[in-house]
Amino acid sequence: MDEALIGAMLASTLRVSTPLIFCALAGLLSERSGVVDIGLEGKMLLSAFAAGACGAAYGSMTLAILAAMGVAVALSWVHGLACVSHKGDQVVSGVAINIIAAGLSAVLGTAWFHQGGQTPPVSDAVRIQALWPGLADAVRGLPVIGPVLGDGILSHNALVYLALLLVPLVWWGLFKTRFGLRLRAVGENPQMVDAAGVSVMRLRYTALTLNGILCGLAGSYLVLAQSASFSQNMSAGRGYMALAALIFGRWHPVKALWACLLFGFLDAAAIRLQGVHLPGVGEVPVQAIQALPYVLTVVLLAGFIGKSIPPKALGIPYSKER
Amino acid sequence: MNTLPRWADLVLLPLVSLLVALLAAGAVVALVGQDPWEVIQVLVHGAFGTARGFSYTLYYATTFVFTGLAVAVAFHGGLFNIGGEGQAVMGGLGTGLVALWWSAFLPAWLMLPIMMVSGALFGMAWAAVPGYLQAYRGSHVVITTIMFNFIASTVLVYVLVNHLRPKGSMSVESVPFAPSAQMPAVHELLGRIGIEWPSSPLNLSVLLAGLAAVAVYLFLWRTRAGYRLRAVGSSPGAAEYAGIKSRHQVVMAMAISGALAGLVGMNEIAGVSGKLILEFVSGAGFTGIAVALMGRNHPLGIVLASLLFGALFQGGAEVAFEVQDFSRDMVVMLQGFIVLFSGAMTYVIAPILARLLGWISKPLASKTTPGVSHG
Repeated sequence: MDEALIGAMLASTLRVSTPLIFCALAGLLSERSGVVDIGLEGKMLLSAFAAGACGAAYGSMTLAILAAMGVAVALSWVHGLACVSHKGDQVVSGVAINIIAAGLSAVLGTAWFHQGGQTPPVSDAVRIQALWPGLADAVRGLPVIGPVLGDGILSHNALVYLALLLVPLVWWGLFKTRFGLRLRAVGENPQMVDAAGVSVMRLRYTALTLNGILCGLAGSYLVLAQSASFSQNMSAGRGYMALAALIFGRWHPVKALWACLLFGFLDAAAIRLQGVHLPGVGEVPVQAIQALPYVLTVVLLAGFIGKSIPPKALGIPYSKER
Repeated sequence: MNTLPRWADLVLLPLVSLLVALLAAGAVVALVGQDPWEVIQVLVHGAFGTARGFSYTLYYATTFVFTGLAVAVAFHGGLFNIGGEGQAVMGGLGTGLVALWWSAFLPAWLMLPIMMVSGALFGMAWAAVPGYLQAYRGSHVVITTIMFNFIASTVLVYVLVNHLRPKGSMSVESVPFAPSAQMPAVHELLGRIGIEWPSSPLNLSVLLAGLAAVAVYLFLWRTRAGYRLRAVGSSPGAAEYAGIKSRHQVVMAMAISGALAGLVGMNEIAGVSGKLILEFVSGAGFTGIAVALMGRNHPLGIVLASLLFGALFQGGAEVAFEVQDFSRDMVVMLQGFIVLFSGAMTYVIAPILARLLGWISKPLASKTTPGVSHG
């Protein structure tokens, strides 16, 4: 393989993985606190719409990102109202959020922008541009490592690096701080946390709020960095794939990162391998590669390659003993 | 706790949830500057006002009965089957494959039952695997069925693109089946006995849906197997003590659930498209969740809720035609609100409703039995 190909593959892997990483970390925080989050897909989609609509209407990147985060946090709180404050079913609530987001984004988009559910493209000023275009250009000329470093690693926008940076940050927060200890405890044994005088509800709402902020970033990335406008159902299952990555990564931020990168790589490879004949294998069906993340997750969950054990109190509503 | 009387729990609560969902959707309609009342009028007229519209309503409802029953059976077994979408896709594939192979030389009376069984078996297999994995390997059925939804759609794309698409064709669909694989349309049958009926996709699958609802009722509440399934659903521990193998029941519940979802192919593939196509489920599996929640997981409720959703989908299409910048996705959104309010938020709504009922019935109660209020 030549360096240019490695560089290009690395670049597209990182680009595809970024929204997965944001969402997987979002889901991780929520699920570690004991709240199942099927609604990642919906939160990402509706926040992408918020970013697209706000960016197109007001021409401000900051406002677009804030709107995206706000919308996703609001959906997280709806989830919290149903399943943390009350004992609603967490899976049903997540499904509801996904369906509402798919419908609402299309309804509002059609009515406000008259383009069949699309938003008009945002201007370049609103888009999130490459962070160090000069540096990437300068490095690109170097022999051997040039394309890999220049195209593959340094050519990205700030959100890509933020996603990568958030992984150690979430790890540190979860495993090295008092808040993280409590968050993990509330996902394993809420009774104990409650007995220690820490509010289960507040912890879970905090997790859900952080979850919303991260989903908002994922949504912003789709509209402001990956493409310039919102189109119907543009999250296209990425939220579910992030959920798969989170499970594949065994509810651990660093392992989840590897899972996201693996799934992102498979996605990038599937596009590249379309119609290519490999020696000895023949033409690889693209669908097989596209289905691989889901197949791998099922196989892992079935305990055929290691074991993936969820937090103990996951999905169980907490009610105080009286 | 939910202290509603039984009638209120069964009838009033779903209606109130529906009302809240309608209000939320109405608020969105008003927010985008449209008149909710006008939308409702056009919607109701579009769904029930004409014979053609009503036929479409029934046609949509047919699919929702299948996916709604699928969710309900799994629910009675204590499982949440989000995989109706994938099971319906596989069911359609099963229905279509046998039709492609044999419709040229089998008569309709033999072909159609084979298609039905094949669709049910494909859907059954696609649900039984997650069921088995939950029962024997400890992986959660919710997650595996989500994964299986995606795998099913890639399988369908693969089969259509690489094997069934005629050479040189650009559209991703198979060749049409022979006429023997066509589920008879209702307007044709009525025309044959002299009744003029506008043409619509409504076909005999609507009877199949009715039969499926009756069969599910009889199975769940009138057979031992159904009793075992419900016993595991309400209390796996107690069922185990009574000698019921809960693992078997988990696989069983999923298998039956998948078979029901697999019947969607009879309505959409055998009844309407007449060939294997790509987007024939398009969210019906998820609508099934809303239908089952609205119908309180009872076949009768599911039939009624399916009619409601059929009317919403048909009426919504009419509204999109009449009202400018009205998106059909309004119905999808309303469906989401219904899942939210009648599914996830019942514990929010029920206590409020119970308190309201208390206020209403308290003065009545004190009038009829004055002694009690002193006690």
